[in-house]
Amino acid sequence: MSAQRTAIKVDGSTLLVRIFGYGFIGAFALACFLPFMLVVGTSFTSESSIARHGFNFWPRVFSTFAYKIVFENPDLIIGSYWVTIGITVVGTAVGLFIVAMTGYALQRPDFHYRNRISFFIYFTTLFSGGLVPFYLLVNQYLALKDNYLAVLLPGLLSPFLIIMMKSFVRSIPHAITESAKIDGAGDFTIFLRLILPMTTPALATIGLFIAIGYWNEWYNAMLFLSPDMKYRTLQLFLYGVVTSADFIKNSSAASNVDLRDLPLESMKMATAVVATGPVILLYPLVQRFFIQGITVGAVKG
Amino acid sequence: MPAPKTKRRSSLRTLLANRTLLLMCLPAIAFFLIFSYLPMPGLYLAFIQYNYTAGIFKSPFVWWDNFRFLVMTGDLWRLTFNTIAYNVMFILLGNALQITVAIFLNELRSKWFKKVSQSLMFLPYFISFVLIGLIAYNILSYDYGLLNGFLKMIGADPVKTYSNPHLWPFIIVITYLWQSTGYGSIVYFAAVMGLDSEIVEAAEIDGANAIQRIRYIILPWLKPTFIILLLFSLGGVLRGNFGLFYNLVGANNSSLYATTDIIETYVFRSLMTNFNFSMGSAVSLYQSVFGFFVVLSANWLVKRVSPDNSLF
Repeated sequence: MSAQRTAIKVDGSTLLVRIFGYGFIGAFALACFLPFMLVVGTSFTSESSIARHGFNFWPRVFSTFAYKIVFENPDLIIGSYWVTIGITVVGTAVGLFIVAMTGYALQRPDFHYRNRISFFIYFTTLFSGGLVPFYLLVNQYLALKDNYLAVLLPGLLSPFLIIMMKSFVRSIPHAITESAKIDGAGDFTIFLRLILPMTTPALATIGLFIAIGYWNEWYNAMLFLSPDMKYRTLQLFLYGVVTSADFIKNSSAASNVDLRDLPLESMKMATAVVATGPVILLYPLVQRFFIQGITVGAVKG
Repeated sequence: MPAPKTKRRSSLRTLLANRTLLLMCLPAIAFFLIFSYLPMPGLYLAFIQYNYTAGIFKSPFVWWDNFRFLVMTGDLWRLTFNTIAYNVMFILLGNALQITVAIFLNELRSKWFKKVSQSLMFLPYFISFVLIGLIAYNILSYDYGLLNGFLKMIGADPVKTYSNPHLWPFIIVITYLWQSTGYGSIVYFAAVMGLDSEIVEAAEIDGANAIQRIRYIILPWLKPTFIILLLFSLGGVLRGNFGLFYNLVGANNSSLYATTDIIETYVFRSLMTNFNFSMGSAVSLYQSVFGFFVVLSANWLVKRVSPDNSLF
């Protein structure tokens, strides 16, 4: 078939569209990529060169000084890494299980309370109490201030993910559930032993959504983890480095470097590289699942 | 009275018959009850003059005074305008760019190029808003930024981006498009792929060129997807993208508020900077009620356009 397609003579306008397409997509892809080069390039540039020439994609005067200082006192950033990894792993595992369980139950046509619970969940996207009551609830009534649970718990599920799971599971014939019931299997067993293994692509997609959310989490951390707490989430740590020179000075506390000589700008970039690195390296591997998930979720509604 | 009794017994029987599935939903029910429903009564804060030492129930009840204040200072109007205007730009330009990317991707013949460019366009979606804020700073900073470096190189005057409110609508919209287009174009790309290739081939044999193909086959084919996505996003038109605004503009850059302050940043500030809990709640309540009606109208529209896709 493809031979047939190329056999059709390529006329002028088709050629034009193609040239334009390559140009446009190429330029856009480059624009998506270059800013990362800018961060990496600057992180390897000496501070004096930044002061003279500004930020650049390629270091004019190469220097690893910023990384040296970031890693000289690695305690804080490693601590933040562990906090983020811990929250991501636990949150994704627990959240994914609950989302899958709820999504399965809510699409069962024979589940009597299906519509009522669906509406109960969906209504939270329509109307909310807003930030202030939420803050008071977590802070005072649940007493989770300075507790990592305040970062972990609110990110566990979202109506969007449950709806997505629902539409995924709907593609599995209900007859499977019914025949298993006749064989005497309970609802939870059916879910755990039959349905869960059949929804691996869905689980991968939804798990990724939750995991990315936790890895990039800084909002709840900013609200509920106070600055005098030693370890923050990775992104909140980065936020501190990016927005406050004092934070850099305090957190690096480099023993043998005069604080006035700290390479503030390149240190911001070096911290950003260290904090973002793993996600950038992993994402080409996981991107496929995302595309699968969005496609199925979107087309099926 | 036998009738209610049997009814009660049968509802008990239903409950028992569904108990496992109900239990499976219990964690989710508890989650939304705690984190979504419990804060709702807290909107009472909007009607009091909240005093931290007195607590919620001993603070004076002031009826609509908080709202009156918001209207009188012009804050409410500015926040509404900014939030809606940004979202409208996001939705319209976002969809236009996503459709363009999807159509062009479909026209490309090199598999390798397609794959690599799609991966690169997807990249910004995976990073945190903190890094996005840093990247913006890389480009816009007065002293070291790429933009001013370029302006100096061509002999122009550098711009003080972080104190010029007129530039920010462009900066924010461009950043939004930069981050979300690759991700958002997947839906349209999937829709283009779903197009029956026989139709396209028949058109080609009939002598339709690429522009005609796009104009008369692909664009009409994408119209329903566009309308549905448009209507869905309409529901969130009063909700802002807090992470984007907060990290781009900075926490307390009041010189830019006129063009960058949205509902979420105002509420956040009233909580974390001004400690004016009542004002923050008043704005939230306004957002929720107004937003609720917007969603209802959007859903009514969805129902008219395509009954299968309406939410309720």
